[in-house]
Amino acid sequence: MTSQSPAVQLSNTSLARRAWEIRRKAVRMGEVQGQGYVGQALGIADVLAVSYFHALTYRRQVPEWEGRDRFLLSIGHYAIALYAALIEAGILPEQELETYGTDDSRLPMSGMASYTPGMEITGGSLGQGLGIGVGMALGLKAKKNPAFVYNLMSDGELGEGSTWEAAMSAAHHKLGNLICLVDFNDQQADGKSTEMLCSEPLGAKWTAFGWHVQRVDGNDIPALVAAFDAARALEEAMPRVIICDTLMCKGVPFLEQRDVTHFVRVEADEWQKALAALDANRPD
Amino acid sequence: MSVNRTYDPHHKWEPRLPPKSGEGGRTSAMIASLAAEGYETVSAPFGHALVAEARRNHRIVGLTADLAKYTDLHVFAEAFPDRFYQMGMAEQVMISAAAGLAREGFMPFATTYAVFASRRAYDFIAMAIAEEYLPVKIVCALPGLTTGYGPSHQATEDMAIFRGLPNLTIIDPCDAVDVAEAVPAIAAHEGPVYMRLLRGKVPSVIRRHCPDYKFELGKAKLLRDGTDALIIASGFMTMRALDAAVELEGQGISAAVLHCPTIKPLDTGTIIAEARRAGRLVVTAENHTCVGGLGEAVAATLLSNGATPTFRMISLPDQFLDAGALPTLHERYGISTKSMVQKIRSWL
Ligand SMILES: Cc1ncc(C[n+]2csc(CCOP(=O)(O)OP(=O)(O)O)c2C)c(N)n1
Ligand SMILES: [Mg+2]
Repeated sequence: MTSQSPAVQLSNTSLARRAWEIRRKAVRMGEVQGQGYVGQALGIADVLAVSYFHALTYRRQVPEWEGRDRFLLSIGHYAIALYAALIEAGILPEQELETYGTDDSRLPMSGMASYTPGMEITGGSLGQGLGIGVGMALGLKAKKNPAFVYNLMSDGELGEGSTWEAAMSAAHHKLGNLICLVDFNDQQADGKSTEMLCSEPLGAKWTAFGWHVQRVDGNDIPALVAAFDAARALEEAMPRVIICDTLMCKGVPFLEQRDVTHFVRVEADEWQKALAALDANRPD
Repeated sequence: MSVNRTYDPHHKWEPRLPPKSGEGGRTSAMIASLAAEGYETVSAPFGHALVAEARRNHRIVGLTADLAKYTDLHVFAEAFPDRFYQMGMAEQVMISAAAGLAREGFMPFATTYAVFASRRAYDFIAMAIAEEYLPVKIVCALPGLTTGYGPSHQATEDMAIFRGLPNLTIIDPCDAVDVAEAVPAIAAHEGPVYMRLLRGKVPSVIRRHCPDYKFELGKAKLLRDGTDALIIASGFMTMRALDAAVELEGQGISAAVLHCPTIKPLDTGTIIAEARRAGRLVVTAENHTCVGGLGEAVAATLLSNGATPTFRMISLPDQFLDAGALPTLHERYGISTKSMVQKIRSWL
């Protein structure tokens, strides 16, 4: 399986830079709207950098290329993060960033397949991505297409029954071509996930459902690279999950400290401060 | 500009670059607010009314699926932490558990967004709650087109879905007064209720036009009389109807407004009597798809009872709607005051 060669090969240092670029673009989009799920984008940037610049196979000019790895954004509200990654990957033009969330933009606030190249599904009604991923993984197997299906979901989605129906189904059908990424930021709309509907012990749950499980610091790029490599290289015909513990607003210290980060409030003058905070730590 | 709205793997993507002149497009705020419409507003009328009611009615408990803050139920949660259940993002079990609590003698108020109650939890509402006629009150924010977020959050067909369900009472309040007065009214009703919720800063509209107005479950109320047209409206479209009537009056057109906040059971007596008054165009106005909502309910009522005035509907089209700023979308889909005035003029 490792013989699949990613379209873009980069070193770990470059991945840090890619993540930084993704963060910066997301903050710039947030500034366009004066609001947005920038906390999530900052938190998941490292996972997206490793996905799009280490693990995934795709052709930037042909987003629907049959041989591509499918990357499903189950969490529609994370669209701002994926747009940043798609721009960084050259699938979307950078100028379009300024249209984020405005009327008739291709970058609506919640991700939708019919609006944006590279947006595989319409997420947003949370808890649907993994089931769609099961179907795509079945379909790819039926077509003898070696591509992987990645589903990016949130800890909030662990509350939906549909997630666990899909998890059980994926194991039953031995979907070794399905990789689920769980963004565990311990945050949901009303508060901390662990205080609202606790999914721990989470690794043990996925294991019991028949999945190969890894849990990593989702803001540690070398750890993510190792986890993605292990998930792709695994011989067993079983679905794989990487639980990524991330920090909301990662990289912008004054936002990291805010209590309410689900829809983080950023004042008009703070967008530039956030960019400055990122710029102070620009990786090579 | 139109968006390619069906999945097509061979679609050729065209970039949409920002406009060159400094004039940016309007933006799509997540939590839509009708507060910008120029009326005075009341903060979290549902939350405060529920707290007041729960002081009297000790059976009341509150449940949410990770949307307390976004349905004003946090006000109740703060006042009665022991009677509040945070169910996490799990709409199906929230509804099943509400049914279970009702079986044990409680009166659950369960909140989420209208899309998630009507689409995801429907079977659970049908079988565990409606079929058993349990006193569960399902109160849902973002009804119809009240967010610019696109179809995942736009509950344009919620009333159609729920109207098909026997036993269920359906409320579509217009403003803060309606929302607040509906709470004790639905608590006094023993059966299951679905209520469309306006949350956050909610305009207070009706009393400004009609100081004696009171919400009554199952009753349509004539807020304003008129001789050329009768607008039968529910939800915030009653606000639009009142504004449109004022504007039409300035143009020499006299429009009556009948507010119909209970969608099911419909106040057929009042509707038929008003529609029978000769010489008036009858227009329904709803924040909902043209399929299966107030308009079709009124049409069926009138035809079945031999009342056949000239009849028109103002509603959302039978399609998945765009993402965008709410004022843009209300204009685009014909539920702004301006487009209401234009349409009624053209129909007369
Ligand atoms: C089925 C469904 N229920 C409720 C919502 C409303 N909602 C949007 S985001 C969100 C929080 C979900 O948790 P998570 O994705 O972990 O939130 P985050 O980490 O982004 O704060 C909720 C409840 C939704 N979009 N879909
Ligand atoms: Mg989360």
